[in-house]
Amino acid sequence: MNLSANARRATLAFMLIAIMLVAVGVIQSWAVMLTIFNLCLISSIMALGVNIQWGYAGLFNVGTMGFAALGGVAAMLVSQEPVIAAWHAGGWKLLLSFVSLVLVIFLVAILYGKIKKGPLRQLAITGALVLGYFLFRAFFDPASDAIEAIDPAVAGYLGGMGLPILLSWIAGGVLAAGAAWIIGRIALGLRSDYLAIATLGISEIIIAFIKNEDWLTRGVKNVTGLKRPVPYEIDLQKADWFINLVESLNHGTLSQFGADDRSAMLRQMVIEASSIFVKLCYAGLFIAVLAAILTLSVKALDSPWGRMMRAIRDNEVAADAMGKNVTRRHLQVFVLGSAVVGLAGAMLTTLDGQLTPGTYQPLRFTFLIWVMVIVGGSGNNLGAVLGGFLIWLVWIEAEPVGVWLIDNLTAGLGETSPVRLHLMETAQHMRVLVMGLVLLTVMRFHPEGILPEVVKREEGD
Amino acid sequence: MDILNALVLLFNYIIVPSVAYGSQLALGALGVTLVYGTLRFANFAHGELMAFGAMITILCTWWLQSLGVSIAPLPTALLALGPAIAVTVAIVLITDRTIYRFYREKRSAPAIYIIASIGVMFVMNGLIRFIIGPSDRAFGDGQRYIIKAQDFRDMTGLSEGLGIKTSQGITVLVTLFLVAALFWFLQKTRTGKSMRAYADNRDLALLSGINPERVVMYSWIITAALATIAGALYGLDKSFKPFTYFQLLLPLFAAAIVGGIGKPVGAIVGGFVIAFSEVTITYPYKKFLTYLMPEGMQPSGLLQLLSTDYKFAVSFIILVIVLMVTPTGIMKGKTV
Repeated sequence: MNLSANARRATLAFMLIAIMLVAVGVIQSWAVMLTIFNLCLISSIMALGVNIQWGYAGLFNVGTMGFAALGGVAAMLVSQEPVIAAWHAGGWKLLLSFVSLVLVIFLVAILYGKIKKGPLRQLAITGALVLGYFLFRAFFDPASDAIEAIDPAVAGYLGGMGLPILLSWIAGGVLAAGAAWIIGRIALGLRSDYLAIATLGISEIIIAFIKNEDWLTRGVKNVTGLKRPVPYEIDLQKADWFINLVESLNHGTLSQFGADDRSAMLRQMVIEASSIFVKLCYAGLFIAVLAAILTLSVKALDSPWGRMMRAIRDNEVAADAMGKNVTRRHLQVFVLGSAVVGLAGAMLTTLDGQLTPGTYQPLRFTFLIWVMVIVGGSGNNLGAVLGGFLIWLVWIEAEPVGVWLIDNLTAGLGETSPVRLHLMETAQHMRVLVMGLVLLTVMRFHPEGILPEVVKREEGD
Repeated sequence: MDILNALVLLFNYIIVPSVAYGSQLALGALGVTLVYGTLRFANFAHGELMAFGAMITILCTWWLQSLGVSIAPLPTALLALGPAIAVTVAIVLITDRTIYRFYREKRSAPAIYIIASIGVMFVMNGLIRFIIGPSDRAFGDGQRYIIKAQDFRDMTGLSEGLGIKTSQGITVLVTLFLVAALFWFLQKTRTGKSMRAYADNRDLALLSGINPERVVMYSWIITAALATIAGALYGLDKSFKPFTYFQLLLPLFAAAIVGGIGKPVGAIVGGFVIAFSEVTITYPYKKFLTYLMPEGMQPSGLLQLLSTDYKFAVSFIILVIVLMVTPTGIMKGKTV
């Protein structure tokens, strides 16, 4: 496919999405539209991360959920104020437990080096691990109990660093990248379907960890009320400049009313406008991040590095024979992609204002992102962004549209018909079905996605 | 010291549940391994397939119950298995016709199959939510227990009870029967032999005139039947909750790979290895040691190696360890 046809198609697709968003704004409300739009932006960034791994390098990572959750944890750890009492109660012991863990790993490494391969080495290493486990638990258990006992209704954890939450977006990327580096060292040698299973397993473990280690994340008790990078609605509603702004924007409407009605009307307008203003602030931040990552991704894919990645993806053996270090490049791209997903995860937690480990579902945080990448066009960065927007819109709007459809289709059955009631009740689940059908259809009839990968060739090739 | 009570405790909380859970995993993992052997991909929709089979079983059970059919003391669900298997097999064959065959003809990479199976997973998950909804469903009837814990206490005079649920007994018996039947089929019949040959060396099998479509069809039929039974038994034993089946995916894959992917014996061994590790590692041994230790030396903590929520971590760690020691799994499966 040549370049200009692709560009035309991209313009058309994004215009279509803009129309859909405007339609949501007009039919539902502008606040709903902005909520969806913000999540579209975050989804696009996650899809870009998966596209870096799958589209550039053909790495099959089904652990997106884990990296997104790590980003969320980073958002909490960076922004929350530290719980000093908890640090006093269990901080030292906790530190000791980690020191003992590191010592054990050291010991195992030494044993591995010093003893020749054989049953003796296995025995020694197993012994060291068992001993180390009990040593770790001896320090760790009282420490975590002590920490969790500190004011469990609101704290019961160590808290964070009390820094601005915007920093956590970087921290989320770094944390996810670190985890990806460790995982990649172990798992990247595996063939594609083993890698898929391995990443699926690791993401489940990360979620189990976040749900269980209350001393760090409060687990399923959630951490709510995270800091915000944008103003609070309540402050805006009191700020004179904001009220004046709303007044001047709605001057025409307001002037038709008398003084009493007018101030009540203005009050209502200010409340609505404050919520929209906050969402717009978020949208601005997210657009900036998306634009930066998209630009970097496009540049990277067009560079010699990008061509090398594609060469490795399309023929590993040949790339290896040309002297490219396939393992290193795979690790690099795995870390990069995961970092982008982690960043998006931190952004999502920031937008939610809370860390809720119970909400991380693989269907939503892993497989849906995959649908975005495949439908948008694997290997095409703009395609991933498009997929992020389109699929998120469909995912969210399938519910109201499904309810509306069933409501109208079954209206003839009568209000109390059991079939109608059952269908109305389950209509919200339509979206899962729709996603599957969309994915299967695209895979079958248009496997390159809406915006296919662009392969530039020299003239005369 | 109270060795008898300790043993009964071990039986009641570790051995009986692990054997039942292991049997369910083994039946599921057999399906994963069969699909892997003949179609060469890890089927991400397998958990959903089990849930689907279980759902049809439940619907048939309800229908039978409404007709007043009962085979008490056995659960009615056993009767419902027949039609449920038929429906699930039909669904799976339709899926193969409409989806997987296309990629087979194109000889697509395993990753493409997996993405297609993710699509199938979405569709099945959607259908299940649509038809039966996401909430808990109980469908067991008949006698609930083979031995009640209280009866066991009265009988033996021990302070620990041993309870065996009917569903657990049925699970083990059904698994024994199915595994025997499957191995007879794979070893003795012509179709079974052609399936093994195809899984072992595809090109050689094709040269010998084995019809690949037939092999694939039989694999899917057996997989669907096993998945339906495994799903229904799991639902009967625990309770039917559509979302839990997706979480079975990891233990299922772990069981298939640990045993040696593509090897039916391996799937069974793997199923029990995973089930026993999950249960033994997450069981708190406080009471057990309280029985065994002399007075005054009894443990104070729970003595739980890992909290129950780390179940999935256990199957995964076992998977990693086995792959590090024997990269092809216990039964020397494939590494294509």
